[in-house]
Amino acid sequence: MFPIFRKEMADHFNSTRFLILFCLVICVALLTTYMVSMNLRSELSGGAKIEYLYLMLFTTSGQFFSLTQFIAFFGPLIGIIMGFDAINRERNSGTLSKILSQPVYRDAIINGKFLAGIATISIMFISLVLLLSGLGMVVIGVVPTAQEVARLALYMLISIVYVGFWLGLAILFSIVFRSIGTSALAGVALWILVSFFIGFGSGLIADVIAPVEQSNPDQVLKNQRIADAIRRVSPVNLYSDATSTIMDPYRKTTKSFVLIGPMEKISMSRFNSALPFTQSILVVAPYLTTLLALTAVCFGFSYLIFMRQEIRSI
Amino acid sequence: MAVVIETHELTKLYGKHKAVDCLTFEVEQGEVFGFLGPNGAGKTTAILMLLGLTEPTSGSANVLGFDPVREPLKVKQRVGYMPEHVGFYDDMTAHENLQYVARLNWLPDSEAKTRIDRALEKVKLANEADKLVGAYSRGMRQRLGVAEVLIKNPKLVILDEPTLGLDPEGINSMLELIKFLSREEKKTILLCSHLLHQTQQVCDRVGILNEGRLVAKGTIEELAGEGIQAEGKKLSLEDIYMRYFQEE
Repeated sequence: MFPIFRKEMADHFNSTRFLILFCLVICVALLTTYMVSMNLRSELSGGAKIEYLYLMLFTTSGQFFSLTQFIAFFGPLIGIIMGFDAINRERNSGTLSKILSQPVYRDAIINGKFLAGIATISIMFISLVLLLSGLGMVVIGVVPTAQEVARLALYMLISIVYVGFWLGLAILFSIVFRSIGTSALAGVALWILVSFFIGFGSGLIADVIAPVEQSNPDQVLKNQRIADAIRRVSPVNLYSDATSTIMDPYRKTTKSFVLIGPMEKISMSRFNSALPFTQSILVVAPYLTTLLALTAVCFGFSYLIFMRQEIRSI
Repeated sequence: MAVVIETHELTKLYGKHKAVDCLTFEVEQGEVFGFLGPNGAGKTTAILMLLGLTEPTSGSANVLGFDPVREPLKVKQRVGYMPEHVGFYDDMTAHENLQYVARLNWLPDSEAKTRIDRALEKVKLANEADKLVGAYSRGMRQRLGVAEVLIKNPKLVILDEPTLGLDPEGINSMLELIKFLSREEKKTILLCSHLLHQTQQVCDRVGILNEGRLVAKGTIEELAGEGIQAEGKKLSLEDIYMRYFQEE
């Protein structure tokens, strides 16, 4: 597996595709962070320092969107671009039958390619976050606390798992579809489906299953639960729910809809304190597990299909 | 003489179509065995089964003492295979392509380098070693394919249509290479082709395959002697071949 990993890494870093992607991500990220930090500076100068100010660099939206939103939206495309032609390109150029006639297990090919992709993505993310942290420190003049660093690290881990899921999916498509164009389109179609349409669809389906009459709280709650459950089929929503809790300590739940009485409201606003890091992790753990499980499912199918495929040189 | 390849009623079905039908043959050590037949006769499918790249529907094979279904890796370690459309990474040089194959075979880099240099020398590509393979001609790619087989130093070499699409000069140098592999490197060779005239020049024995079935096997002299004696003239492989297909 190691020779394949090594070659794929070299390929990634030599490819124009990766270069363009990296430049795009860096440009957008730099621009967003710069705008956000300028905003923060002008709005917050003079006041007392807010707790977790540093994390706001990544979560507040400047002119357009925040960095976390950008990664949630654009991350899948990174995974798809890096993996959509992993297997079928080799199949079409005849190199797959060459590799497979060497003493190499078939799963080593998938593993090597996946790990090389993950390593490339990790390098990309880590350098990105380090770069932005540096920029943020210079512009807003605030040093992150240990907890903020830990939260950022966890955020990076979740992001890598998230993009890894899409990479695994793209590799699966590249095994299933013989044509490179089809596998790319299939990946992009699924991405659009789960990032845009599932949001509208979940509401519609929930209204059909559990219609709400005259704002009956029980019915509203039921409707909302169903909508949430459908929404969370999408890894994009899983990821945004998970990261928003990690990056914003004041969010105590991933639920978008919370029913509270007036007394509770008062007490909440009086004792509005941040969630400790360990508690944030507890909230997020199921999401991370689900993302990992989805990736594992993609892999399972990839192995299953690839092991039984006949490899011809055409 | 040790037997290198032995198959017993090897059969491969694609749906209802029998691509390979009860194929039984053996190849002995040191010989050049020609696998002949028209396009779609099942030659490539048979080879894929020998290498464990596809599973036989029924029957068994034994390559160098290993079952390709159970121990494909041991077979692949010892067999050099050059597919019909030999694929290379076009954005890498010839040397890098070979180095990748050497790494996949777990050759240490120093050992790999001497083997690669020697192999490129043998196939007369030493001067183009640092050119991108994308710029190679068909003949050069095919020779590079032979070099790739050479660096593995296999006991058995399987060549699938090695002369297909080459110009006369390319065909000659390919046939020379096959002879070199057989005589000087002492390799056992399984050669697959529908180009009879060329096969005749290098093969010790041939097997003729049609619609998945082996219709004849033996040395060219033996095959020529079978059936009606042609009026005193020496039969070429082409005559023998046509005879089998006219009988169909």
